[in-house]
Amino acid sequence: MKADPKGVLTGVHFIDGDHAACEGALAAGCRFVAGYPITPSTEIVERFAARIPKVGGVFIQMEDELAASIAIQGGVWAGHKVMNVTSGPGLSLMMEHLGYACMTETPSVWVDVQRGGPSTGLPTLPAQADMMQIKWGSHGDYEIIALSPNSPQECFDLMIKAFNLSEEYRCPVFLMMDEVVGHMTERVEIPAADQIEVTERKWTKKKPKDYKAYETTPEDLVPEMIKAGDGYRVHVTGLTHDERGYPKMDVPTQAQLVTRLLDKIRKNADKLVDVRMDGCEGADVIVVSFGITSRVATAAIETARAQGLKVGHLRLIICWPFPVKLIQDLAKTVKAFVVPELNMGQMVLEVRKAVEGKVKVISVPHPGGTVHEPETILEQIVEAAR
Amino acid sequence: MSESLDLHLALAETELENPVLPYLRQDRIPHIWCPGCGIGTSVNCFCRALTDSGLDLDKVAIVSGIGCTGRTAGYLNLDSFHTTHGRAIPFATGLKLGNPDLNVVVYSGDGDLFAIGGNHFFHAARRNMDILVICVNNFTYGMTGGQVAPTTPVGPTQTTMPLGNFESPFNLPFIADACGATYVSRWTVYHVRQLAKAMKEALNKKGFRFIEVMSPCPTLYSRRNRLGDGVDQVKYYKENSVIKNGADTKDIGLGYQGEIVVGKFVDRERATWLESMNDHFSKVLGDQFKPYGGKPEGV
Ligand SMILES: Cc1ncc(C[n+]2csc(CCOP(=O)(O)OP(=O)(O)O)c2C)c(N)n1
Ligand code: SF4
Ligand SMILES: [Mg+2]
Repeated sequence: MKADPKGVLTGVHFIDGDHAACEGALAAGCRFVAGYPITPSTEIVERFAARIPKVGGVFIQMEDELAASIAIQGGVWAGHKVMNVTSGPGLSLMMEHLGYACMTETPSVWVDVQRGGPSTGLPTLPAQADMMQIKWGSHGDYEIIALSPNSPQECFDLMIKAFNLSEEYRCPVFLMMDEVVGHMTERVEIPAADQIEVTERKWTKKKPKDYKAYETTPEDLVPEMIKAGDGYRVHVTGLTHDERGYPKMDVPTQAQLVTRLLDKIRKNADKLVDVRMDGCEGADVIVVSFGITSRVATAAIETARAQGLKVGHLRLIICWPFPVKLIQDLAKTVKAFVVPELNMGQMVLEVRKAVEGKVKVISVPHPGGTVHEPETILEQIVEAAR
Repeated sequence: MSESLDLHLALAETELENPVLPYLRQDRIPHIWCPGCGIGTSVNCFCRALTDSGLDLDKVAIVSGIGCTGRTAGYLNLDSFHTTHGRAIPFATGLKLGNPDLNVVVYSGDGDLFAIGGNHFFHAARRNMDILVICVNNFTYGMTGGQVAPTTPVGPTQTTMPLGNFESPFNLPFIADACGATYVSRWTVYHVRQLAKAMKEALNKKGFRFIEVMSPCPTLYSRRNRLGDGVDQVKYYKENSVIKNGADTKDIGLGYQGEIVVGKFVDRERATWLESMNDHFSKVLGDQFKPYGGKPEGV
């Protein structure tokens, strides 16, 4: 399906990542946002509040993030595409509703413009330190998808992709921005609406009497959806439920449900690999990066190559699910991986887990507040190549 | 079989055809509520109110939080959402704004709506969000085993107030009134007819509407405080309730086993959040703005 032109601001713009992200959401068909302001994500909802009256839709500023993150889910069950926008402390407050969205399979996009933590931390300065929180921060076992843009253009492009994936898999999809990407102003090209592919919700074609809210097949683990008001009389609960959506709290139902919620992502992990690879073939060292850090890493890699080192760059566009197989394949040919990130060592754990000690994995941590110095990454590349 | 027995059985059969059955998800019965619990009685009243309201039930959605009362959503044959503890109101807000054609009802407990969810109640009322909130007040946290609630009067013991509660409780209609609700009433599960009528009236009104339903929790609150069983509590409601329609809400706080003022206290008109938004944007933006309402476009 093509994008609704009403939400598409076709043309070339000079805007920051927050504004570009908002345009991405509008282009993807988002017409309902319930938000709560927090630096450095606020501009996204501010722009949405300003744009939506003329596009047609609703913005409401809620009383807190607990409210915002569940109000959007009400919007979904009314038929909308929605986005949830926050940073730092707001993300922490939203964790219960992240689980609710996973459990109830409520398609939704969650934007986290990362800032330094823990707690109030560095409200106006960058970090990439929420990568594990989104994966593990809500209780119980669940799977999400997360994308990481490194420019305002990608904030726009990946926002649309995030919406499309959330509809395809009926799960929360994160757009993991950071303060630098959110506030950096660059050229953003927004294509014509008919050039933008948007994924429609997986509406059921079944009659109410034949429809079961959480019925799936072994071939397709994503159930078909309805919206309130259409006569399906659906029941939605965060309790463990059977395929009718009714609470059923026993061991087999729990096993079946949780396994399916995980498998609908895990079994599609190959399809969900999205990386940019540069010079990885024949490389001795591969730098694995994501988001803003990938731009600093590029500078370090260029210098290393100028010094004659064979260095590849693997940039994660989709961070979760983590591309385990790809890393394992690369581990057969490289000496080492170098993993710079604006946190004290989060995604590096995934690289280590994947390579199972077969090659060296060097972490280049950073407590946040600014980006790495390229030299810091360069030093580790040189060390790794030894 | 004698003719009279035949007749008797036929009568019994018609009586079995309980008029509220079509409103329930019959494949989910038996329910979890204890014998003598008042929640079921309130749900019965609600079903009758649905019949009398004349509403298209495909357009009525029910949203609950977590608790014994929170299970209500799961038993009603409507679009029904069992959300998270305390957050039924913001979910309902999203549902209503997402599709203004829906008549959205929040049905939940006193702890859910006024402890963990208190902030959402205040703001939804302040905004005049167009939803009906029904609170079953049993003065306790039923689901978790009888802990103190923000409604517990001073005096009775709760598991987390083992020596008796010393905190002051909320006066729920007063809060709803002060925050701007368009409709506020309180009934007990003894007052089934009045309660059903109030629910019907509230279902057909616009704005943020609130009904407090006093209801016994015989298993925890009553037993722990030696107040007898469910029937004893309903007897207490009967003997100690006074109907005072239009009473000033600040005067109707509930004491421990004291007088219960019931009735309709507030019934007023105020523009809903969505009406205000549409009016405001129409004024400011003129032709550039198309009033929002109905289903999301393209759906
Ligand atoms: C975030 C969270 N905290 C605590 C709980 C545990 N919990 C479940 S129900 C409940 C209280 C319910 O009390 P009330 O709303 O009065 O409902 P009742 O059971 O009395 O009808 C609590 C504390 C929970 N489910 N979620
Ligand atoms: S514990 Fe109390 S409130 Fe809960 S079902 Fe039993 S009687 Fe009702
Ligand atoms: Mg209670």
